Amino acid sequence: MATKRVAICAVAQHKNEPDLWYRRFQNMLLDVLEDLQEKTGFTYGENGVEMIVSTSDDFFDARTISNNGVTDVIGGQYLAEEKMAQEGLNAIGYANSIILSGHKDLVLIMGHCKESQGESRNMITNCGFDPFYGRATGLDYLNAAGLQAQAYMRKSSLTDDQLAEIVVRSRQWAAKNPYANAREAVPAGKVKASPMLCDPIRQLHAYPVSDGAVGLLLASEERAKEFTDKPVWITGFANCMDTFFFGDRDLTSNFALKKATANACRRAGIQDLKKAADVVEVMDCYAYQQPMWMEGLGFCGDGEGGRFVAEGGPGKYRVNLSGGTLAGNPLIISGLYRAAEATLQLQGGAGDRQVPDAKCAVAHSTNGPAGQFHSVLILEA
Amino acid sequence: MKKHEKNRNVAIIGIGQTTLSSHKEDQNQVEMVAEAVRNVLADANMTLDDIDCIVHGNMELFEMQFQPDMWHALGCGSYGKEEYRITTGGTVGATLVCASDSLVASGQYDTVLCLGFEKLQEGNTTGGITNMADPLWFRNLQTGALTSTTATEMIKEFGKDRVLRAAMKYRIMMDKHAMLNERAHRRLGLEYDQLETLMETSPQLVGELRLIHMCSQSDGACAMILTHEDRVKKGTAKPPVWIRDHETSHRGENMSNLYGAQKPKSTHRDCAERLFKRNGITNPLEYFDVFEMYDPSAYWGLDWLREFLLLKDDAVLKLMEAGEFDLDGKLPVNPSGGVIASNPIGATAMLRPAEAALQIRGDAGGHQIKKEVRHALASGFGGTLWTVMLMLEKELNW
Repeated sequence: MATKRVAICAVAQHKNEPDLWYRRFQNMLLDVLEDLQEKTGFTYGENGVEMIVSTSDDFFDARTISNNGVTDVIGGQYLAEEKMAQEGLNAIGYANSIILSGHKDLVLIMGHCKESQGESRNMITNCGFDPFYGRATGLDYLNAAGLQAQAYMRKSSLTDDQLAEIVVRSRQWAAKNPYANAREAVPAGKVKASPMLCDPIRQLHAYPVSDGAVGLLLASEERAKEFTDKPVWITGFANCMDTFFFGDRDLTSNFALKKATANACRRAGIQDLKKAADVVEVMDCYAYQQPMWMEGLGFCGDGEGGRFVAEGGPGKYRVNLSGGTLAGNPLIISGLYRAAEATLQLQGGAGDRQVPDAKCAVAHSTNGPAGQFHSVLILEA
Repeated sequence: MKKHEKNRNVAIIGIGQTTLSSHKEDQNQVEMVAEAVRNVLADANMTLDDIDCIVHGNMELFEMQFQPDMWHALGCGSYGKEEYRITTGGTVGATLVCASDSLVASGQYDTVLCLGFEKLQEGNTTGGITNMADPLWFRNLQTGALTSTTATEMIKEFGKDRVLRAAMKYRIMMDKHAMLNERAHRRLGLEYDQLETLMETSPQLVGELRLIHMCSQSDGACAMILTHEDRVKKGTAKPPVWIRDHETSHRGENMSNLYGAQKPKSTHRDCAERLFKRNGITNPLEYFDVFEMYDPSAYWGLDWLREFLLLKDDAVLKLMEAGEFDLDGKLPVNPSGGVIASNPIGATAMLRPAEAALQIRGDAGGHQIKKEVRHALASGFGGTLWTVMLMLEKELNW
């Protein structure tokens, strides 16, 4: 009979770096894999891992069928290997379903992305717009975020000072995270004086270009104890898609995130996420997104992101103690880093960042231009 | 090997395809996927309100559209819904069905719509495939999916005349099937008495591989709706087709290893052995009533039949020569005309279980097999010789 719940047994992270020009992504994955095998002792094949969900992107890897370049390195020889071609947090949602379905009882998740390999991230995300309208006008995910930031800051009274405060705090926490990319402290003045990328987004409001890789081992309830004595249970996962054309959307509404949150909470049996969560990891590619996504997750009321920051919400709700995406994770696997940090917190393995007695954690990720798509993962110790 | 036990049984209750063509110039990508989605909803007599989750896939670099599911949100109906985008190269269409099966069986989603598409006209397919290889070592040697190696190996094994005839017979058989399928892209009207002429006149690509042997480059999309047993019991517009099991076998990227002095075990045979063993199938040739196989070329079609069906020696050639893969043969192969006739890559591997399911429903129209189809096999191919296989059943009785 199929399992009732699924555990994350262990996570392994490659340190995020601005430009690992001397390492191929295969090398990075191999380090992560060996780390994960050391932690859990898992093997491949019958009674071991028979199913791998990889996460990578054809554009960032500049190769068609990007998982083809890593199938052997992640142990996929003559096994089932599939690629999550969305943001990596969805790989955890998918793997959760595979194990709940009874099809496989162990799933290995291996994600990688080297943003440094492309000449510009914006060149890639420009190709995310439809070739007739958006792409032709030069829209990319940064531009899209700029438009959203303008609208959201007006709606929520979020100030430039608060954006700087969010970045300063991110760096303070990143300094305690050995896997973070941007770990050096920055004063608020430097953030506010950093070059304007796309009004109101300044260079230090934007996540730095990063190379990274993450691995996780998931198991059915019955098998989790073979690999860990600190299983972290997946109790709720959901995602949601908003519409594509900006004219069809209210960029400040958090439509997709609110719906994904409601569905994840329903599956986890949680009434009030704000009360339940001990740790929250959100994918904040740009500083304005941290309060905006917290609003979408229900930690403050509609349009209250400015007040949320002013009242110390990020500290109170222990938001992004990893440093968050602002401290540097690649776009495609930022959600896997969020989940990795959440797992470490619930396992008591988060070092200097550890929240005492953390029982419930939320990991969030977003995909597409201006938060078109959101994913929410709820984990419990 | 442990028996495969699903949390709950899953059936295909809707099948939708677009027409398949070299140029669907009257549609953009969104409009094309919408055609498949409209068709599958009509087939299942459902609306988007009945769908919990969309599963989307293709190969991004063929159309140069980064994360195309974002733009396609309107066309595939994912607005306000949960959505996954899962890709595996050529196998992607079959993987999307496997993924949807898992999502429904998990109990997390009740009714899932999966969608595979490709608009190859909008990109450079061979350029895209060449990009598959490592940029440092293999890219300049990579020649896409095109290979005559299998022809050479088979000729060495069975003799030139016999292999060339069997491969061309396979090609003509596929065209005869495609002629019966009004949705198929290439319908040439080939006859068996043209066999020797075609062996001489079709342009040579590499060695004995000729243009006529190769699959087409098509635009098109395929969509399917899957739901669980309890929902099926409430009644469905068309007969349900049950997904009994599925399996995937992938392998590493190094093409040179595939053709080294010692030929490694094929993923097709590996996958088939695992799938059949788990389901107690000892003689696939006897068990299955139809096989929709991803056959990118006539030589690969012929060679892979022996791998999938676990045949020995020259059994596959004997079966081919005796017409046992025809529509009235022992195991009809690709009544739809297969991949040689129509190949919108991201949809191609979904068209295999879709066509197999139509045969089980008795809904295949002109290319319906005359005898009853109760057990169907479907396969996908992609990457560096990757395999996905699905077993479909008419009855929920295994």
